[in-house]
Amino acid sequence: MPDAVGLELLAEELREADGESVLDTLYFRDKGVLIVNPVTIRATLERLRGKGFDALMSVHGVDYYPEEPRLGVHYELLDMGALDRLTVKLRVPLGNPVVPSVTPDWPTANHQEREIYDMFGVIFEGHPDLRRILMPEDYEGHPQRRDFPIGGEPVLFTIDESDGKAYTK
Amino acid sequence: MSTDVTRTSGYRQLEESITMAPLERLGTDELDQELLTLNMGPHHPATHGVLRLLVTLDGEVVRDLKPIIGYVHTGIEKTAEDKSYWKVIPVVERMDYLAYYFNAYAFCGATETLLEVEVPPRAQYLRVIHMELNRIMSHLVWLGTSALDLGAISMFWYCFRERELILDLFEQSSGQRMHTRYIQVGGVAEDIPRGFEQKVREFTAVMPGRADQYKDLLANNEIVLQRLRGVCPLAEEELLKLGVTGPLLRAAGNPWDMRKATPYCSYDHFDFKIPVGTEGDNWDRFAVRVAEIYESVKIIDQALDGLPEGPWITDDRKVALPPRHELATSMEALIHHFKLVTEGFRVPPGEVYFPIESPRGELACFVRSDGSSKPARVHMRDPSFVNLQATAPMTEGSYIADLIATLAMLDPILGGIDR
Amino acid sequence: MAVKREKLVAADGSELSSDKEDFRIRQLRARDMLRGDLEGENLEKYMEERVLTTTMDKAVAWARSNALFPATFGLACCAIEMMSIVAARVDVARFGFEAFRASPRQADLLIISGRVSIKMAPIVRRIYDQMLEPKWAIAMGACSSSMGVFNNYAIVPADKFMPVDVHVPGCPPRPEALLHGILKLRKMIQDDPDMGWRDGHGARGTEEVVAAEADPTHPTAVNVFRPGNTGGA
Repeated sequence: MPDAVGLELLAEELREADGESVLDTLYFRDKGVLIVNPVTIRATLERLRGKGFDALMSVHGVDYYPEEPRLGVHYELLDMGALDRLTVKLRVPLGNPVVPSVTPDWPTANHQEREIYDMFGVIFEGHPDLRRILMPEDYEGHPQRRDFPIGGEPVLFTIDESDGKAYTK
Repeated sequence: MSTDVTRTSGYRQLEESITMAPLERLGTDELDQELLTLNMGPHHPATHGVLRLLVTLDGEVVRDLKPIIGYVHTGIEKTAEDKSYWKVIPVVERMDYLAYYFNAYAFCGATETLLEVEVPPRAQYLRVIHMELNRIMSHLVWLGTSALDLGAISMFWYCFRERELILDLFEQSSGQRMHTRYIQVGGVAEDIPRGFEQKVREFTAVMPGRADQYKDLLANNEIVLQRLRGVCPLAEEELLKLGVTGPLLRAAGNPWDMRKATPYCSYDHFDFKIPVGTEGDNWDRFAVRVAEIYESVKIIDQALDGLPEGPWITDDRKVALPPRHELATSMEALIHHFKLVTEGFRVPPGEVYFPIESPRGELACFVRSDGSSKPARVHMRDPSFVNLQATAPMTEGSYIADLIATLAMLDPILGGIDR
Repeated sequence: MAVKREKLVAADGSELSSDKEDFRIRQLRARDMLRGDLEGENLEKYMEERVLTTTMDKAVAWARSNALFPATFGLACCAIEMMSIVAARVDVARFGFEAFRASPRQADLLIISGRVSIKMAPIVRRIYDQMLEPKWAIAMGACSSSMGVFNNYAIVPADKFMPVDVHVPGCPPRPEALLHGILKLRKMIQDDPDMGWRDGHGARGTEEVVAAEADPTHPTAVNVFRPGNTGGA
């Protein structure tokens, strides 16, 4: 993991190339985190690839309800040569949940971005095939948002059956 | 190396050399050269779990492949937000259902990082022993079912014979065969019983011989060699671009294994090798996994030799349940027990990504905590979910039979893919 | 499961005598019947006396129960334990059930092993409909019987969309437990030849293809296709 100083230097270099790309840095539990601007995410990841982080291990979404901007997308980068890991986070509001897709540069993000779209409703611009991956095609709603109800059935016991509350009559 | 059999095998010449004379007599039309889209699954004997593949075929040659998943989607990540950290462990264990110790460890490791609790060395060694036993068990099930797909049906019974030995060990230490909830936050649920070490040693004495038997049965078999050697290779750069890790990447020549690269949980105390392949075809994937069985046996032996004395779970009463005998004498123990069982421990706010090496690749758990006793977001980065994207590039231009063999060598576990 | 036992009585209601001579007479009559020598009135009288305790139904039920063909239908973790019953330690071949058929047309037992997600439920139903009668279903594990460990938006208990005969609890159930469930099903089939399972589960009309004159507007008719109408499949 780049240490705290290394993280700040990295953020400086990125800011030199594009002033608004890095919004914040965070060093938490021995791991560096960069909070970046969603609009320039592709360029930021390319610059990080140039710095050695050439493996994108995971792309996942988070719902920060009730804080705004509500939807977050995290990219986990790995530098296999230097054994470094780095997290890149971005936040988008619910009203405009559009993030440029990194799939053209990093093919591994294909299914993972589809999953974020399915579960959170983040729209990835430029994704070759953005549709639901885990839920049925015609499902409405984005299940992993915090205000989506967890759902479920009431548990059926034998006494309910004799009361006539069976699942099927 | 191109996998397009039409170019390398004279397929087209063969096709064109067939005369249509007998069919013309019957008055039939010319054969269509259209592409046929075939739906395989989700209920199909050869798809491991409920995987649906839309395969576009040109004769018997696969031109395109689209996997459709979601048929076992269980909403595990959403359920985990509803439960306290202790209760999330059994929920998350059922994700990749052949590597349950790894699922539990990824989640517990992430929570321990957030809580900043120390895991005692005995607990780390016990975790390693159980995880390596689980790795062997996962590879055995993979071997049995893959050989079944290839047609070597009797391998299934031999592999499951060994699997029963491992499940007996799991039952001895935790009481359950599968989904044992043995790895807890801060250590392991219970110390190993008397006689466990001896039983594990009996197993590790026997296992390398059994693995030799499997190699005798399969490795020189003409049919297995023809079906696996040189079939559906994929270059290392392609695999890295697709995010593939684990035995698939190691088969292509890249020795990335987190147990050696970024050791966790005392793996750096053990001496073991990483099997690496050369060509990245199905044969290398098969050989790498069988070789990993031997290495895991070595790790278990070393862990038993060096098993330190001490507590099996952290002493921090705010995280781990106090031992039962203390409840009769100490008031604080009673209060801690009550708080832990009803509400659970609170975790300081933060976000952590904890990666480990599971039998299929990099398994990681992302936990976001908002300071309460329930996690605000749990995401499992499952290796099979990412590895599945490599199916299409691997099987383009090969036959359907090669597709089945490649799916078997890919070792997808749909529980992890769909979560 | 209460097993009804009936005392043997003669055709006129009197108890059969346990006298040695009478017994010998009955033995000879049984032998004659087996040889086909009894005819007409004698045969009817004999059948009424029910010297042989099995009837056709019971014989058929015995044959059906000992030759169940399970369908290979593994969904999730329970599928691994279902594979374990085929393995050598808990050997389901002792009972004759090791021939797992891949095609639902050839299977008569559907073991729903694993969690049924909402995307998979219509497919499970379709496979169940494709099976020919008589067919049985075992809901293996907690997830398919009730909601199991996961009580959320993504799972459906199997009872909601198909009739289930035996529920096997466990997460996952031990292979021995699943075998116990299968043997319980076998006993159910043996003891009650006409299980009336369609009535018991309100499953009339669950056949996939029915005769042309069937009424598709019948309230319990589901998946009723007229010949030629494949329902979009």
